[in-house]
Amino acid sequence: MDALTTLSRRCFLKWGVLLGSSWTSIFSPEDLAAESGLLTLDPAQDAAGVRILRVGCPSHNCGGRCLLKVHVKDGVIFRIESDDRPTDSLEDPQLRACVRGRAYRRRQYHRDRLQYPMKRTGKRGEGAFERITWNEALDKVAGELVRVKKAYGNAALFVPYGTGSYSQINGRQTAQRLLNLFGGSLGHYNSYSWACIANATATVYGTNTTGNQRQDWVNSKYILMWGWNPSEMRDGTNTEYFVRKAREKGARIVCIDPRMTLSAVALADEWLPIRPGTDAAMMSAMAYVMIREKLYDAGFVKRYCIGFDETQMPPEARGAESYRDYILGTRDKTPKTPAWASSITGVPQETIARIAREYATRKPGVLYQGYGMQRRAYGEQVVRAGCVLAALTGNVGIPGGWAGGMALQAPDGGPAWNVFPIGANPVKASIPSFLWTEAVLRGKSLGPEHGVRGATRLDADIKLMYAVASNALINQHANINRTAKILQDEKLVEFLIVQDNFLTPTGRFADILLPACTQFESWGVEDGWKYGDEVIFMPKIVDPPFETKSDYQICKEIAGRLGIADAYTEGRSERDWVEWSLDRFRKSRFPKLPTLAELEKSNAGVYTVPVTRPAVAFADFRNDPEKHRLATPSGRIEIFSRPLHDMNKPQEIPAVPKYIQEWESPFGPEAKKYPLQAVGHHSLSRIHSTLTGVDWLEEAFPQRVFMNPIDASARGIRNSELVRVFNDRGEMRIPCRITPRIMPGVVAIPQGAWWKPDADGIDRGGSVNVLTSERWTPYAFGNAQHTIMVEVKKV
Amino acid sequence: MVVQYAFLVNSDACSGCKTCQVACKDKNDLPAGVHWRKVYEVSAGGWQETAGAWVSTVVAYNLSAACHHCLNPPCAPPCPTQAIWKTENGIVLIDENLCRNCRACIWACPYGAIWFNPVLNTTTKCDFCLGYLEAGMSPACVAACPNRALDFGEFAELQKKHGGVNRVFPMPASSIADPALVIIPHRNAALAEKLGPAIANSEEV
Repeated sequence: MDALTTLSRRCFLKWGVLLGSSWTSIFSPEDLAAESGLLTLDPAQDAAGVRILRVGCPSHNCGGRCLLKVHVKDGVIFRIESDDRPTDSLEDPQLRACVRGRAYRRRQYHRDRLQYPMKRTGKRGEGAFERITWNEALDKVAGELVRVKKAYGNAALFVPYGTGSYSQINGRQTAQRLLNLFGGSLGHYNSYSWACIANATATVYGTNTTGNQRQDWVNSKYILMWGWNPSEMRDGTNTEYFVRKAREKGARIVCIDPRMTLSAVALADEWLPIRPGTDAAMMSAMAYVMIREKLYDAGFVKRYCIGFDETQMPPEARGAESYRDYILGTRDKTPKTPAWASSITGVPQETIARIAREYATRKPGVLYQGYGMQRRAYGEQVVRAGCVLAALTGNVGIPGGWAGGMALQAPDGGPAWNVFPIGANPVKASIPSFLWTEAVLRGKSLGPEHGVRGATRLDADIKLMYAVASNALINQHANINRTAKILQDEKLVEFLIVQDNFLTPTGRFADILLPACTQFESWGVEDGWKYGDEVIFMPKIVDPPFETKSDYQICKEIAGRLGIADAYTEGRSERDWVEWSLDRFRKSRFPKLPTLAELEKSNAGVYTVPVTRPAVAFADFRNDPEKHRLATPSGRIEIFSRPLHDMNKPQEIPAVPKYIQEWESPFGPEAKKYPLQAVGHHSLSRIHSTLTGVDWLEEAFPQRVFMNPIDASARGIRNSELVRVFNDRGEMRIPCRITPRIMPGVVAIPQGAWWKPDADGIDRGGSVNVLTSERWTPYAFGNAQHTIMVEVKKV
Repeated sequence: MVVQYAFLVNSDACSGCKTCQVACKDKNDLPAGVHWRKVYEVSAGGWQETAGAWVSTVVAYNLSAACHHCLNPPCAPPCPTQAIWKTENGIVLIDENLCRNCRACIWACPYGAIWFNPVLNTTTKCDFCLGYLEAGMSPACVAACPNRALDFGEFAELQKKHGGVNRVFPMPASSIADPALVIIPHRNAALAEKLGPAIANSEEV
């Protein structure tokens, strides 16, 4: 203490007095003076030349939409903070950014950013490029668009799925607008996120708007977080906080997941590990317990549902197998008992029965189904099974309850998503986004049996692709080694344009690379993603560096070469389009949304609508099912779906939700060679593949294959050791993390890391998609990228 | 000393998302490898297979940790230039005009809270965002937490409100330094202690 006593004589610091500068190496006195600017909303530059601006966090298809407070000096962002609005209430909480937003400077000023246009010099995919001028690049792009259109028609053009930029005046929409004005391009529907849930929810409810507003969770007594991990994938800004509030109010929270996720640790009272891909089996056994023990809400089922038992079958399907028949094994002679489910799921039978009883009796309750479970083989089944449990327990249409499924937000489905007008596509045909490789290989043979909409057969194979903010051609699509071969063949896709901030694995296959600027360097606006209680302003706050340009600007310049510039811009600048977008938001959810000028002046950055009375999905239906019929054929909740029954593919598309053994599973012959299930979960290190290479994130969450000690020791693997993870489709070599927080028999490889093949084609980056399969799900034509069997060995 | 400021760490609500760690790095311009604030992941327990099903006793929790601005900071006495001192608010600072980068403090701190910054060639640590406190704001880490699991305040007040826990695994015995810290332990912390806890993310801290 002597030293301290001595030192205290130097203690010049007094509370409330401005600091001297000798004690700190971080700030100059000018910087400290600038901090007084933090207390005002005035964005005007202060004496030290610092501007502090409240703007939206660059949106890359994470589940959050957050507010940043960005400090700019001399045209450079030097600090990024988050929402500091003084109130932080349940009704109108601060929109605090997660670790990814807070690390954004390291992406913004990353030395690997694309700086100028380039053209390919070597073979496609080799990654050899040389610098060219914008004129040469855009002349070539326009020339190829004209050539391919003339040779094959507009249906040979394609703007692939991609979600790297999501702020209205940015991203793939800018290219879609361009091509629509150019005569159109092959369309696509579905997403890589929620193909099954977006298609299957409506088979039960006739709508995807099945979610109560999140503030309603405090009214719940029980929350089953089933494969749902908001802490890592950020299912809406503040979602985990709302769950925490529900727990504080007394809700019991159970997390069912093969991994003890960050969400399980922070939010749940209990974690139940389950084998991936077997959730529908446990759900079926829960229904069995509810039926046998008469715990289900028979009155609700009778009044609001069809297809539960033989008394409720639609007339056209009388005699078909009802849900009760399936659960009790009346026809297939396999009652879906907890013992039956236990051998499939790895969950003890008494636990399954207990969870069934808890969910059926602690009401109202929420069974929130995460989307990872439906990115699997037969992913449609778990969606329908979860919805049916909500119906059996009568949790539909009440505060504190939850209908399950897609859960877009009541009362109106939530935010407006994309309002930037892409215009009508003169090409009527569209494909499921996941099937683009098939449209490249054999487009003209694809029809409705492959999910083609708007045409009986496609007019052309895909010959030109314009990928904007999309790393989904290589890195995020399944089976990278297959996709790479397809793209390497210049006779298939004849021209590939990639426009991005970085040279992504997809960019390596480009014929022309166009350097886009970031969302801090262009104009945009975002609303609240799936949960839309706010509009967040995203002005251009720093200039595009090097030769980079905004997506809109690039498309506008291509439009000029195609003679459609005026139609493209309609005379609007990017800022004008933001104004235009605000008007669209104003006409939908946000009638009192301020003008752009007002938003700029206030520097509030965000306009929120406090949720004081959370909307409850299906409240009207619950109140009067005759007057407020659902948009299903029967007008009721369809436990049995006649449209599915009529498809006559009961093995893969049953009319009642069933557990179907996956096409790669621990129970099939494939398990002999590849005994481990692998899941590619979302990591806080990235948003899908965006933010790969950001040092602050990669040191916080290094890319590892996570493995249980039992599996590791059986293979003689020690923690941190480099291991081979492989199956017939590919191999990666990355270090392992041995952790008890994952179920034995399962390994996890966070999805999105960039593919880095070595000379032997072995991935050193840890991209899970070297292991995944291109096989799509039977009903939704969705990706099943989490259904993988692998083996792990010491190198 | 007029008051003693302290952090409140709600380990029960912490997901381990490390937003605090990165918010700190952004505010203080810390290079990779220098973590004024870091997050320990602790896990314990094991697995048993019974009748084809898996039963787990696994529990886990996270502990966000920075400089604890100890009442009796062990980093100060070894400093040959007496560069480490405590402000009137109890905040432990390094006077960089006196510091000779000998790293004695780095070795002395039982919490690993002092870091040599190889980019600036300085010995550095958490300063409680003193400038922010002056401006009436919260420290960057506290303001950042998406799950509102961090807070700060006057030590005695925090103790009164949240109890006197100032140590959980993997921290060393508090008697070494008297950390000015209040922890709301994770609901499974006691169980973890019984099952034999281990740091699960050593390479990250």
